[in-house]
Amino acid sequence: MTEIVLAIGIGTFAASGMWLLLRPRTFQVIIGLSLLSYAVNLFIVAMGRLHTDMPPVLEKAGPGDPALYADPLPQALVLTAIVISFATTALLLVVLLAARGLTGTDHVDGRETPP
Amino acid sequence: MSALADHLIIAPIILPLVAGIVTLLLGEPRRNVKAGINVASSFALVAIAVALLVKADAADGPVGVYRLGDWAAPFGIVLVADRLSAMMLLLTAILGSAAVVFSLARWHRAGAHFHSLFQFLLMGVNGAFLTGDLFNLFVFFELLLVASYGLALHGSGAARVRAGLHYIVVNLAASLLFLIGVSLIYAVSGTLNMADLAARIPGIAAGDRPLLEAGAAILGTAFLLKAGMWPLCFWLPTSYAAATPPVASVFAILTKVGVYVLLRLWLLLFGDGAGASAQFGGDWLLYGGLATVAFGAIGSLASQDMARLAAFSVLVSSGTALAAIGLGQTGVTGGALFYLASSTLGVGAFFLLVELVERGREPGADVLAVTREAYGEGEEEVDEEDEVGLAIPATMGALGVAFIGCAVIIAGLPPLSGFVAKFALLTAALNPAGAGQNVAPGAASWILLVVLIVSGLAALIAMTRAGIRVFWAAPDRSVPRIRVIEMAPVAALLLLCAWQTVQAGPVMRFMQATAESLHAPQNYVREVLKPGAAPSGGTEP
Repeated sequence: MTEIVLAIGIGTFAASGMWLLLRPRTFQVIIGLSLLSYAVNLFIVAMGRLHTDMPPVLEKAGPGDPALYADPLPQALVLTAIVISFATTALLLVVLLAARGLTGTDHVDGRETPP
Repeated sequence: MSALADHLIIAPIILPLVAGIVTLLLGEPRRNVKAGINVASSFALVAIAVALLVKADAADGPVGVYRLGDWAAPFGIVLVADRLSAMMLLLTAILGSAAVVFSLARWHRAGAHFHSLFQFLLMGVNGAFLTGDLFNLFVFFELLLVASYGLALHGSGAARVRAGLHYIVVNLAASLLFLIGVSLIYAVSGTLNMADLAARIPGIAAGDRPLLEAGAAILGTAFLLKAGMWPLCFWLPTSYAAATPPVASVFAILTKVGVYVLLRLWLLLFGDGAGASAQFGGDWLLYGGLATVAFGAIGSLASQDMARLAAFSVLVSSGTALAAIGLGQTGVTGGALFYLASSTLGVGAFFLLVELVERGREPGADVLAVTREAYGEGEEEVDEEDEVGLAIPATMGALGVAFIGCAVIIAGLPPLSGFVAKFALLTAALNPAGAGQNVAPGAASWILLVVLIVSGLAALIAMTRAGIRVFWAAPDRSVPRIRVIEMAPVAALLLLCAWQTVQAGPVMRFMQATAESLHAPQNYVREVLKPGAAPSGGTEP
């Protein structure tokens, strides 16, 4: 059940993100990239297998049965990925504003397409 | 002493990081100090890369496996410096030094934080060449991309911002593909270490294999996008042509980062020892590369200005390398590496030269003048005093000779290194079994031959036309004022290509040795996964 919900969630994020990425306005593109990065982050977590009630960190008593623990690596990866995508999105926002200021339009090509 | 030498492997990452941070903290008014740090760091990187190269060539197998935090290989992140890494480090350092010296004449004043971004870019590129871990590769990729976003927009102006926006969005999308690929590979194999992955791939269950190959294909798509393979390359010519010349010159190595990763990962993971997955995707590299060469050749014929011509030459260069790698023969890979070195230097020199040549034709300095007003008007007089323009006699002559040099290298004509590279590449492709053996080459080799020769002709036509238009058919042009520090990097890069031609024997031997160790990665895998015996013995209590 969890798997289906997560898969639908990732699919919805990815599809909406992809659609927005292909839109002509810079703001739509940036929202699309954010949604896509959510989809990717969820995907990375899912790649570490889905568990409930399983800690990723070993308990104090020492290493027990590895089957009782979740894989900590994808969680570490997803943290890094979140930080990096956050930073690059912020950077893209600055460029987006600069492009808006310099070209006078929010079209991704910097000029309006003739009607 | 030996402990210090072991730590040399991490120096290409630490040094630009420290230099970048120091220049960041110095503040904009002390631009001369920053420039000094940048130049010193770049030249030091050349020295470090040469040292690593000599070490790598002397040792058999990867010279150095540097365990970060002294964790053994599959658990910790390792840096590996073998022949290929050392060669790419040297190329980066040379191109970086040439670009930074060139930028001192005027371009580094065109915007803020040029020197810091430049050093961070070098750090990211060096890290990507050195790392032996897939996720760490992602981190270094992001580092170099973030720095390159800043540098692509250096100098500002509507054209750069417009092109930069496309560049950033495309690369962000590629980074997401990278993450999907890495996580798929991790899900199937349970490791991110490249050597460990290579060891595990033959034993992957048949049911999981499609998932692994899908992950590798998605990962490969991300790198192909950065390498500029057709049809993933439409962002490249515009953003490279719009970037400031020293930046564009360094960007010539960025596409090679993509080529490097493909070369490394493909031969490591899907080489002959990969069981059922051997040679997975090789045809894609080959035919994609050929399509890229064709696209680049047509594009260079169609380009109106020289900066675009240079950008399309980048495409031809990476397309040729990809196609040659995709052929999957040791000799061809050696030729491709030779070609990679020569064409990177040649294209880098050409990007720098274009700006010098165009300077006399049109008031291209207007953007610069505007930004110079915005950033630090006050120091203008100071700069004028200590940087008196030196009138080079026969400026046009020097420019013309340099232009011919670039054209000969890029088109692959004798006598310079471009010809030697293409000759070596094609000889190996048409003689799969080595000299003297009479084995018929496959159809792919013949296609490669035709495409390379025709693309060389197209490059020659495009370059000749540009040269005639600029040097002969422009009566109203004024002789540009060009300073020695602008001409010297171009001349140095071209002289390096000439040196590569003269020393073709030893260089080719090195490239072949590199190709052989890439095609037989068992040694690499064994060295990386070797337990214990930490090389960083000096740090142990």
